[in-house]
Amino acid sequence: MSAVTITLNGDPFDVSGPLTISELLARLDIDARRVAVEHNLVVLKRTTFDGVVVREGDQVEIVNFVGGG
Amino acid sequence: MDSFTIAGKTFASRLIIGTGKYPSHAVMVRAHEASGADMVTVAVRRVNLVRGTKEESLLDYIDTSKYFLLPNTAGCYTVDDAVRTARLGREAGLSNWVKLEVIGDERTLFPDNEALVEATRVLVREGFVVLPYTSDDPVVCRKLEDAGAAAVMPLGAPIGSGLGIQNPNNIRIIREFSRVPVIVDAGVGTASDAAFAMELGADGVLMNTAIAGAQDPPAMAEAMKHAVLAGRLAYLAGRIPRKLYATASSPLEGLVGR
Repeated sequence: MSAVTITLNGDPFDVSGPLTISELLARLDIDARRVAVEHNLVVLKRTTFDGVVVREGDQVEIVNFVGGG
Repeated sequence: MDSFTIAGKTFASRLIIGTGKYPSHAVMVRAHEASGADMVTVAVRRVNLVRGTKEESLLDYIDTSKYFLLPNTAGCYTVDDAVRTARLGREAGLSNWVKLEVIGDERTLFPDNEALVEATRVLVREGFVVLPYTSDDPVVCRKLEDAGAAAVMPLGAPIGSGLGIQNPNNIRIIREFSRVPVIVDAGVGTASDAAFAMELGADGVLMNTAIAGAQDPPAMAEAMKHAVLAGRLAYLAGRIPRKLYATASSPLEGLVGR
């Protein structure tokens, strides 16, 4: 494990890795059942969170539902 | 009441309401209950990484066994952003339905109809049930329908403006032209606006600010429930023709003193 820098929700983010999406969410204290994740512009199925690995330079977007019209 | 069906799914209420801009989650819950709606819109946004999702989230306040979630692509200005947001909404939510917005102008929030038609085409191909928010233009609505939209949602007036139905004749024409449900989305200010939209033949009305921004949102939600029901019944009942002069309601014979 070493530090990798990814772009997370538009900003640089340092994390020890490589790590899976599930591990990233756990590290961020985010409930995986409440969010959707895009990895390098591909929207992931929730069932793949354990398998997809985040590496140096990757782009990750984590979104959830908020109030809207 | 006659049933309201979009893409094979039947709803009890013809009123669809938002989840934004309420003074609190508790007020939103009471407004949702008072509205009788069974479909609510939600927006898709980046998670706040400082707070995470362990703190209270919107979904703690929406019983998804009672309310069907309709994720929107509000705030998107390009086909790509709208399509990305729709895909994320599908994974975050429980269905392949999307309220598709592609905005073309910041001040009016009017749709970019060209991009909207293109985004509709892309998402329909991916299996989405697409409900596009569109201008009150019968030609654009026809193009959206041809692109596979499950309903068309013409605006009554700009989003959040509360100006009411600005072009009733277009709404009437859109209803006449469309083979899919017509939902007036945006512009409602008060209950009479919702009733008017329904009297014009709209199959449903979608609103957020008119309820969330009212001084008493649950009371306004209840008013909207009745307005939509009243407007629908009046539309089905068939109104009398407009005439310039009076026609007496009481008999002209048998008057005392003649």
